[in-house]
Amino acid sequence: MKIRAQIGMVLNLDKCIGCHTCSVTCKNVWTNREGVEYAWFNNVETKPGVGFPKDWENQKKWNGGWVRKPNGKIEPKMGAKWRILAKIFANPDLPEIDDYYEPFDFDYGHLQTAGESRATPTARPRSMITGERMEKIEWGPNWEEILGGEFEKRSKDHNFEGVQKEIYGQFENTFMMYLPRLCEHCLNPTCAAACPSGAIYKREDDGIVLIDQEKCRGWRMCVSGCPYKKIYYNWNSGKSEKCIFCYPRIEAGHPTVCSETCVGRIRYLGVILYDADRISQAASTANEQDLYEEQLKIFLDPNDPAVIAQARKDGVPDTWLEAAKRSPVYRMAMDWKIAFPLHPEYRTLPMVWYIPPLSPLQSAAQAGKLGMDGPLPDVRSLRIPVRYLANLLTAGKEAPVVSALERMLAMRAYMRAKTIDGVIDPSIAAKVGMSGQMIEEMYHIMAIANYEDRFVIPTTHREVSEDAYDVRGSCGFSFGNGCSGGTSEGDLFGAKRRKVVNTPTDIFKELV
Amino acid sequence: MSGYLNSLVFGIYPYVALAVLVLGSIIRYDREPYTWRSGSSQLLRRKQLIWGSVLFHVGVLVIFAGHLVGLLTPIRVFDALGVSHGAKQLLAIIAGGIAGLMAIAGATLLVHRRLFDARVRAASSTTDTLIIILLWIQLFLGLSTIPASLSHLDGREMVKFMNWAQGIFTFNPEAASYVADTAAVFKLHLFLGLTILLLFPFTRLVHMLSVPVRYMWRPGYQVVRQRRRRAAGSRIAAE
Repeated sequence: MKIRAQIGMVLNLDKCIGCHTCSVTCKNVWTNREGVEYAWFNNVETKPGVGFPKDWENQKKWNGGWVRKPNGKIEPKMGAKWRILAKIFANPDLPEIDDYYEPFDFDYGHLQTAGESRATPTARPRSMITGERMEKIEWGPNWEEILGGEFEKRSKDHNFEGVQKEIYGQFENTFMMYLPRLCEHCLNPTCAAACPSGAIYKREDDGIVLIDQEKCRGWRMCVSGCPYKKIYYNWNSGKSEKCIFCYPRIEAGHPTVCSETCVGRIRYLGVILYDADRISQAASTANEQDLYEEQLKIFLDPNDPAVIAQARKDGVPDTWLEAAKRSPVYRMAMDWKIAFPLHPEYRTLPMVWYIPPLSPLQSAAQAGKLGMDGPLPDVRSLRIPVRYLANLLTAGKEAPVVSALERMLAMRAYMRAKTIDGVIDPSIAAKVGMSGQMIEEMYHIMAIANYEDRFVIPTTHREVSEDAYDVRGSCGFSFGNGCSGGTSEGDLFGAKRRKVVNTPTDIFKELV
Repeated sequence: MSGYLNSLVFGIYPYVALAVLVLGSIIRYDREPYTWRSGSSQLLRRKQLIWGSVLFHVGVLVIFAGHLVGLLTPIRVFDALGVSHGAKQLLAIIAGGIAGLMAIAGATLLVHRRLFDARVRAASSTTDTLIIILLWIQLFLGLSTIPASLSHLDGREMVKFMNWAQGIFTFNPEAASYVADTAAVFKLHLFLGLTILLLFPFTRLVHMLSVPVRYMWRPGYQVVRQRRRRAAGSRIAAE
């Protein structure tokens, strides 16, 4: 057993209002630069829809993620290493920028400089790549907002598999949900596996997956390897970029920008301890539908003394072990089993998990034609088909999703009885295999969602790797050359090199 | 061509070009690692790139290997193997000709794309455009030497270039004189080739030094980095 810790995230889709504050604050902080205007480290999609980039879930087209070979081992869907290298001159699995959208801005200056005219001047769109006028904007990062566009196109959504989707095109049966997406910081990332340069790595102490900007050569295999299409090629710098999980903030114990600014308070951050030795075993599980449970099995109980002893031996700091005990992510994933990985069938073992959304009851159910299960409505009478959620979160296995939805309904029924009727009804909790106390705790974290309950982030232990005295007056976070001090140990021009800047590259040494 | 000019271009310029190539690449790798990349524009425009890039790269790699082996292998080795000079030249013409046609077809697509596709043009630096045009001209010059070669199939001319190239690497002061009486098209091809070596560190060509062959035997798939432990007691108290 080799225990590692990771800061995981859970998004409670039941509370997402689709305001895009996460996307916008993220963009303002990280991707407001030439070359990545089109890139959204965090974006919010309206589902059902083909998403961003178009049709990203169609791995037959993009070849992202992993496949299990007949011999039980897994390899990237793009192919074995030699096949990935063979794609280096031209990568057939790479999206074109139009699959995202051509970035644009508007001629706002024209509004102030236009001469006198009979018609009001307008600000027309211009491409951010060529600077030329765009006559018509055909696609954008959120083109399907609140079911925009015709059902015919949106129904290409891959999560409709096994769902009689035609009826959901009718107005009275329609349903929608929001899906905020960011890098999953997977335990078994295909991007890292597909990178020929070895520039993508997972940090051992907090699990954040980063691209070393000095080692990246722009071979762009990671863009194809990532099944979530969350690696973006910066067409200006010629390097790939991705969500960095706001690591400068996480290291200081602050939540990521998307989490901090979430007005719906749907995001949770907490430590998960896992057994790194069992990653490949879990990822190569035979049945895709078992991947969710297999991933749960490699998460370790932070209250188990044997786990604590081993974690200490493996170098997990005590503050992290303490934080793991209070981790909201662990509670949602393991104790309450209400959070699920996004598309576990990609075999990447993602670490950003989702609580499925409840939805209004179908009118038929409200008219009493569909069954109520005691005080709880049958989850199959919810508007969002269970199979659709299962395709999104558990590779199509419905039972875990049904159980999660029932627990959330039970929480509502229990708390409604308690606060409105003044009755404490443990039978509601027992019906979904929980106790009254568990429901109260769940309510506290999910509904009240205080800041300190949502974000339990231990600070990083930098003191083991560097002396703060040496970083006085350094340039801090920078793109590229770390203030151009060069990267080698010696100095080409004879000066004594005293390195003050520690980029992630410097602090972390590669373990292969 | 006068003797002075001949020794400048084929005797001294090679050393200038090689020195800039080596030093320039080392300095860029050390000081500007963020600029070290292949510079792909596939994201912006897929059209013409798939065929253009594959044809160009495969062709150029064959030509590159051919030049390296053909020019720098001592003639004695071929003699010992019993390969006649004429046969070697014929092999070079056929293999080089096919690869050259592939490469120039690819390069034509790439040049067209770089000059006439609005997106690719907007995202190109001056050196991006310059180097692909120079490479196209170089491929064209290389292919233009074929008619000249066909007129003397005994390999005599080819041996001159081998002697020159090997003379440069063995610091033979006579090297430039070996190519003094060759046809102008050969001389232009040599000169432009040296110029491309000179420009190498300042262009995207540096990506060929980062061919990720190590990927093939990198153990496993995952890359994990661990915090480097600070050596205990690295700071002396009250220094």
